[in-house]
Amino acid sequence: MSSVTWVRRQRALQRFWSEFRMHRAGMVGLAILLVAVVLALIAPLFIDAGVTNVVSGTRAKMAPPSIDDPLGTDESGRSVLLMIWWGSRTSLLIGFLAALLSMVIGTTFGIAAGHFRGWVGAIILRITDWFLVLPSLVTALVLAAILGGSTATIIVAIGVTSWPSTARLIRAQTLAVEARPYIERSLALGAGHWHITTRHVFPNVAPLLLASTTLEVASAIVTESTLAFLGVSANKTSWGTMLRGSYDWGAATAGAWWYILLPGLCIVLVVMAFTLCGRALESVLNPRLRTRAA
Amino acid sequence: MSLLELDEVSVTYRIAAGDVPAVRGVSLSLEAGEAVGLAGESGSGKSSVAMALLRLLPRSARVDGRILLDGEDVLAMKWGRLRAVRWSEASIVFQGAQHGLNPVQRIGDQIAEPLLVHNLATPSEASMRVRELLEQVGLPTWRARSYPHELSGGQRQRVMIAMALACSPRLIIADEPTTALDLMVQAQVLTLIRKLIAEHDISLLMISHDLSVLADVCDRLAIMYAGRLVEAGPASADFRHPYSQALAAAFPTVGDPASRLAPRGLAGDPPDPQQLPGGCAFHPRCPVAIDDCSTAPVDLRDVGPGRTAACLLVGRSLARGN
Amino acid sequence: MLEATDVRVEFGGRGGRRARAVDGVNLTVAPGEIVALVGESGCGKTTLARTLLGLERPTSGQVSYDGTPLSYTGRRLRAFRRQVQLVLQDPMGSLNPRQTVYEAVAEGPRIHGLPDEEKVVADALSRAGLRPPERFFLRYPHELSGGQRQRVVIAGALALSPKVLIADEPVASLDASVRGEILSLLLRLRDDLGLAALVVTHDLGLAWNIADRVAVMYLGRIVESGPTEDVLTNPQHPYTQALLSVLPESPERIVLTGEPPDPTRIPTGCRFHPRCQLFAATQDAEACRTTPLPTLTATADPQVACHLAPVPTTA
Repeated sequence: MSSVTWVRRQRALQRFWSEFRMHRAGMVGLAILLVAVVLALIAPLFIDAGVTNVVSGTRAKMAPPSIDDPLGTDESGRSVLLMIWWGSRTSLLIGFLAALLSMVIGTTFGIAAGHFRGWVGAIILRITDWFLVLPSLVTALVLAAILGGSTATIIVAIGVTSWPSTARLIRAQTLAVEARPYIERSLALGAGHWHITTRHVFPNVAPLLLASTTLEVASAIVTESTLAFLGVSANKTSWGTMLRGSYDWGAATAGAWWYILLPGLCIVLVVMAFTLCGRALESVLNPRLRTRAA
Repeated sequence: MSLLELDEVSVTYRIAAGDVPAVRGVSLSLEAGEAVGLAGESGSGKSSVAMALLRLLPRSARVDGRILLDGEDVLAMKWGRLRAVRWSEASIVFQGAQHGLNPVQRIGDQIAEPLLVHNLATPSEASMRVRELLEQVGLPTWRARSYPHELSGGQRQRVMIAMALACSPRLIIADEPTTALDLMVQAQVLTLIRKLIAEHDISLLMISHDLSVLADVCDRLAIMYAGRLVEAGPASADFRHPYSQALAAAFPTVGDPASRLAPRGLAGDPPDPQQLPGGCAFHPRCPVAIDDCSTAPVDLRDVGPGRTAACLLVGRSLARGN
Repeated sequence: MLEATDVRVEFGGRGGRRARAVDGVNLTVAPGEIVALVGESGCGKTTLARTLLGLERPTSGQVSYDGTPLSYTGRRLRAFRRQVQLVLQDPMGSLNPRQTVYEAVAEGPRIHGLPDEEKVVADALSRAGLRPPERFFLRYPHELSGGQRQRVVIAGALALSPKVLIADEPVASLDASVRGEILSLLLRLRDDLGLAALVVTHDLGLAWNIADRVAVMYLGRIVESGPTEDVLTNPQHPYTQALLSVLPESPERIVLTGEPPDPTRIPTGCRFHPRCQLFAATQDAEACRTTPLPTLTATADPQVACHLAPVPTTA
C-alpha cells in the first residue's frame, strides 16, 4: 500500500471520529459498550466459570441483595452479580459472532445478487427471498435443536436466519452504486468483477453495512436470549439462560425480582447501547442522511 | 416605468461556513415587451437573481435591494399578493423539464392547476384554456391526457412553457429553457419562445450560459461574473468586456477559420464567492489585466450606445485619478 | 487503427420489438486523428461509442483494433482496454466520491499491474494540466471544480498510455469558459502523444473546434462523413444541412418538425425521409420511400447517404 493511500485513510478516520463525537447519544452508547466489552474481557482475571457451578453455590438461596451479594442470589445460592458478569461473555460473544456471520453471508449474497445480472442474480435473489419469508425464530429453534446445543450452533442458527434482510439492503445499494458512471469508467479501464465489487461497490456499501451490523448485534443478543428462554441454549450461562432459570424456578412467585429484572436490564442496556451507536454511525456515514441534517 | 426593475439587488446565502455572497448589487431594468438575456457561468449568480425575482429562494438566503415589478416591491409583498403575482404577473420556466412536472398527474391537469388555484376559471373554462395553450405551444390537444413520461424532452419543455403561459403573465422568466435539449429541439423551442413573446407582447428574462442562444432571442444582454454585472448592452453589437468576449468565443461560429482547431477558453476556474479577489473579481483570469485591476474598484460605466461595462480598460483612459 | 465494420447493435424492447440502436456502421479512427461523431440524442452515437470500447457486444459486424478483431474474453479484452480509453460527460459521476484523485488516477495502473504507480499518476496528472500533481493527490472530487474533475478523468485514462480516447460529450456539463481549455487539452495530447480521439457530441461548434473528420449519425446510421471543413461548410445531406441551419449564426433556418423517430420502427427506404425537407419539396422521389441506401464505407473522403444529394455516394 502506498503512503498516499495511508495518509488518506488516516485523515478519513480523523474526520469520522470528530463527526461521531458530535452525537451525544452515540457517545453514550459507545461508552456503555466499551465498559461492557472490557468487563467481559477482563472477567477471567477475577472470576472463573466456577461462579456458575451449581455445586459451588454455598450461600442462601434466592437471597435478596445484601452486602455480600450486591445483586442477590439465585435458586442454587449463586451470586447473580457474578453470573451476570460471567454470562456477559457468552451473550456478547454470540451477539458479535452471529452478527458477523450474518453480515458476511448477507454481504456476499447481496453484492452478488446486485452485481451479476441475468440468471445468476435472479437465482440468488430467489434464495434470499425464500430465507426472508421463513419465520427466523422457528428456523433457528429447529436448527439449534437438530445441531445440538453449543455456542457454535447458536451462532450458526442466528447467523443463518438473519442474513436475508442484510442481503436485500446490500443488493439495493449495490444496484444504486453500479448505475453510477464511475463503474462504466472502471470497466473501460479494464476492471473485472472482482475489482468492481471490491474497490467500488464494497467501499460504498461498507458504511451502511457497519451501521446495520451494529444493529444486528443487538438483535442477535435478543434472539440468543429468546432461544435460551425457549430452552435452546449453549449450555453455558448467558443472560438468556439466567432469565430462563428465573422462570423455571418461579422467581416471580418467590418475589426474587433481582433474579428476573437484572439479566433483563443488562440485555436492554446493551441492546440500547448498540442501537444508539448504530444510529449515530448511520447518520455519520450515510451521506444522504448527513445532507438532510445539514 | 419599466415592467421590472432591479435596484442594487444582492443575494447572500447563510451557510455553516459563513455568508456566501451569490449576487452583489445587480441593477437591471426590463421594459414591457422586451426580451433580456442574463448570461453567466454556474456560480455567477444568474439563477439566484431569477429566483429572487419571485422570492423562490430558500430560507437561508437573504435578499437586499429593491425588486420592482410594475412599480410594486416584490420583497415587501404579503404572501397572498405574492402568490397571485407568481402566476398571473410573472411566471417561471425552469430548466430540466423532467423534474418540473409531476410524474403521476396528467399534463392537462397540471397546466390547468394555476387557473383553478387562483379561481381564474371554472373547470370547463380551464380545460378549454388547456387545449388553447397546447395548440399555442405546438402540441396536439389530445396530449392533455398524457403523463409526463410519455413525452419527449422537447415536448415536456413545451408543456412547461404552456404552464407558464396559463395565466397570461406579462413577464416570463426562463431559466436555461433549452439546456439538455438537442440542437434541433432547442431550435424548435427557441422559435416557439420567440413567436409567443411577439404574439402576446410578453416580456422575457432568459437565463443561460450560452450567449449564442440568448443573442438569438433577446434584444439586450447582461453578463454576470462572480455575482456582479460586468457588461450590459444590445444583443447584436460586439462585446467589450474581456470576460464577455471569452464567453462568446467559447461557442465558436462554424465556418469561422479563426476558431478552426483553436478552441478558446479561460485559464483557471470561477472564483470562490467566499474568497473573491480584490479589485476586479475577474482579474486573475483576465488575459489583458494590468496591475491596477487587482486593487482599483470597478463599476459599470457607459462604453458605447446603450452599453455599459465594468472594466478599467474599456472605454476610458487608464490615467484615472483614483 | 480502431475500426468498426458493419456494426449492428440491437436491444430487446418492450412487447418484443427490437430497437436497432446501431444499424450498420463503418467507421475508422486513424492514429493521431480526432473524429467527431455528431447526432441528436437517441441516434445511437453513445451505443456506437460503447461498442467501440468493447462495453457492448455488437449483434453483428465487428470492431477491430490494429487489424485484429476485438475478442471478448478476459485477457485479450483487458489488453485492448489499455489502448482505448473512455472519458464521460459527467465528470462528477465518473469519479467515485469516496476515492481521492490519486486513487482515481491509479485505478487503471493497478488493474493492469503497472510498475511505478506514483510516477505514472504524477505524470498523467501533469499531462492533463493539473500541476503540480502532488497538490491534487489527496483531494476528493467534491473539492475540485468541474474542469479539474474532467482533467482527473482524462488523467485516469492517460495513466494507461492509450492510443485512442473515446470521449462522450466531454464538455457538455462544463462551464463555458472551461470548455475551451478541455478541448485545447485534447488537441495538445494529440500533438504531444499522437493520441487519437473519437468525440461523441451533439455540438457542431465542438466538432469545428477540434475534429479532423466528422461523421453525422441519424437513427443508427452514418448519413454523411468527411473532413470537417467539407461536412460543416458544404454539407450535402439534408439532415446535416438542417443541423447547421439551426445554429444561431446561420442566416436561414430549416427547423425539422418532430423528434428523432423511434429506433424500433425505422422507416423504409431512406430512414430520414419522413422529416426530410428535400423529400417534402420533391414530388417524384419514390426512391426515398422505397429504396434502402447502402451503408457508407469507412474512407476519409467526403461521402453522403442520400438519393437526392448532388454527389451520390459511390459505395
